[in-house]
Amino acid sequence: MKIWVPLDSAAVALGADDVAAAIAAHGDVTLVRNGSRGMVWLEPLVEVEVGGVRHAFGQMTVADVAGLFGDLAAHPKALGPTEELEWMKGQTRLTFARVGVIDPLSLDDYRAHGGLEGLSRAQGMDKAGIVAEVTESGLRGRGGAGFPTGIKWKTVSDAPADQKYIVCNADEGDSATFADRMLMEGDPFTLIEGMMIAGLATGATKGYVYIRSEYPVAIRVMDAAVKIARDAGVLNAAFDMEIRVGAGAYVCGEETSLLNSLEGKRGVVRAKPPLPALEGFLGKPTVVNNVISLASVPVIMAKGAKHYKDFGLGRSRGTIPLQIAGNVKHGGLYEIAFGLTLGDIVDRIGGGTASGRPVKAVQVGGPLGAYHPRSDFGTPFGYEEFTGQNGLIGHAGLTIFDDSTDMLKMARFAMEFCAIESCGKCTPCRIGAVRGTETIDRIAKGDTSAIPLLKDLCSTMKSGSLCALGGFTPYPVLSALTHFPDDFNAAKEAAE
Amino acid sequence: MLDSVDFTARIQEILDAHRGLEGPLLPILHAVQASFGHVPQEALPIIAKDLNISKAEAHGVMSFYHDFREKPAGRTVLKLCRAEACQAQGSDALAAEVQAKLGIDWHETTADGAVTLEPVFCLGLCACGPAALVGDTLVGRATAETLVANAKA
Repeated sequence: MKIWVPLDSAAVALGADDVAAAIAAHGDVTLVRNGSRGMVWLEPLVEVEVGGVRHAFGQMTVADVAGLFGDLAAHPKALGPTEELEWMKGQTRLTFARVGVIDPLSLDDYRAHGGLEGLSRAQGMDKAGIVAEVTESGLRGRGGAGFPTGIKWKTVSDAPADQKYIVCNADEGDSATFADRMLMEGDPFTLIEGMMIAGLATGATKGYVYIRSEYPVAIRVMDAAVKIARDAGVLNAAFDMEIRVGAGAYVCGEETSLLNSLEGKRGVVRAKPPLPALEGFLGKPTVVNNVISLASVPVIMAKGAKHYKDFGLGRSRGTIPLQIAGNVKHGGLYEIAFGLTLGDIVDRIGGGTASGRPVKAVQVGGPLGAYHPRSDFGTPFGYEEFTGQNGLIGHAGLTIFDDSTDMLKMARFAMEFCAIESCGKCTPCRIGAVRGTETIDRIAKGDTSAIPLLKDLCSTMKSGSLCALGGFTPYPVLSALTHFPDDFNAAKEAAE
Repeated sequence: MLDSVDFTARIQEILDAHRGLEGPLLPILHAVQASFGHVPQEALPIIAKDLNISKAEAHGVMSFYHDFREKPAGRTVLKLCRAEACQAQGSDALAAEVQAKLGIDWHETTADGAVTLEPVFCLGLCACGPAALVGDTLVGRATAETLVANAKA
């Protein structure tokens, strides 16, 4: 009997380890700790192989384990074949094709599911050929900036240097995002393969994965995967890599802060130019890519640029792992081609709020993303489409809020968060965020004359900050103010 | 606390284990904190000398990052997520309840030295909030009763 219990952080946080221990105690089972299928509301989601087909059992508890060894069809938590579930059927899983399916730490399992095919094709090509393939696929930086991956690689590839680096940004600090974590926990070899292909394309021989310390499971799995890959000779003298752990600074998700942190310095933002592609880690040409960007490369190389590019809309090509979070009925990870409307994602896929109350706002793109009201629900999910709505898709995380949310409080939090996490380099961010919290406090007390001041401050932060922390904090603040003005007038109205 | 000879030897051991790394300071500080539960200030001059950086630089790096603590924490560190997705699921109310039950504010330790309460901005458990980290244990859909009970256990 073969049973899968996820080792994914979300599953573990909901009791998967206890369920796995109870199953193992039954003896006579092959227990696989897989990644998550992405249906977080159903975790721990246990799968049992029945006649070669994997059947799902959702929200499992230790008490439900005994039933797995009886009549499975009658099990109260039975959901039917996993692949037949609506959530699974609607997706196009390219980057996440193996996540939840394979044993994350089995190189054999990885190979049996198409792993290393992309690398093997890349090994038969020259540098320019690989760069051209990635450029042709239309892949853009999935960390949020949306910069074309192929163009970045070309810059590094063309730069003459004795040493070049591939740095994977796994400092996934944005609230509502967990795609990097799920990928690293559920299919770590994909990231390793993507980095190796990046190495071939640019001439880099050394890679680093900078993982935030808040992700202990991802760190453990990636560490183990690197050792396994090295022992198997997949990683070798031609390309090797190290896992590095962050230390709780949100700003290190910004690529130049990350590089400083990796060098053992304060995570302070660097001015650009020079671009990291020319002077990055230790001053050498460096590719800095997000986990999902790098992990999408193997499938692009294996199936060809055209296969990937044929998904999507406009200049947003391929698929995007949506992360649906917050007050939502069906939260989790859903990979699909760009182009679904915001309303479709929130209402149809997410099923609305968990509280059952109406959706008030959706923050798209993490703490630096805008709050969108229902009137934005027709916006298709794409880079330019969200820019057009004064927002951003960022790392494709969506936080859903119900009608009990006070948007002034959320705007204040955005400023408070910026003040806590500012690296201190730019004055508009370092001091502006503190003044921003104070100004919002004035508005909260009924002083609506401070509203123009807040807008003015936001414009200064937007144009006077080097990186997205100070530069994008105005997005949540101004969108809250623009779309939910009543929340900023409440105290004044109450006073009158 | 170890006596000063043992202390210096332990720091030296950590430094030796990180020899040859590119940009070794963060891994070293993590190792020191894992070994002592905090980064003793007496460690900084030894590390600085070994890496050929100034004491001010070493201190500047250590104090930049939220993870590194100058003083030991309580026996269990309880981290509550304060980020937006958890707020949407009631993390502010949860934090207030936990603070009341423990009788401490953020960054404080209970008088008996059992629990230190800290905010964290995202554990990547955004679809099952409010989320928390009790010692090494991740918790989704957290409630004040179980968090406090587990943290004190």
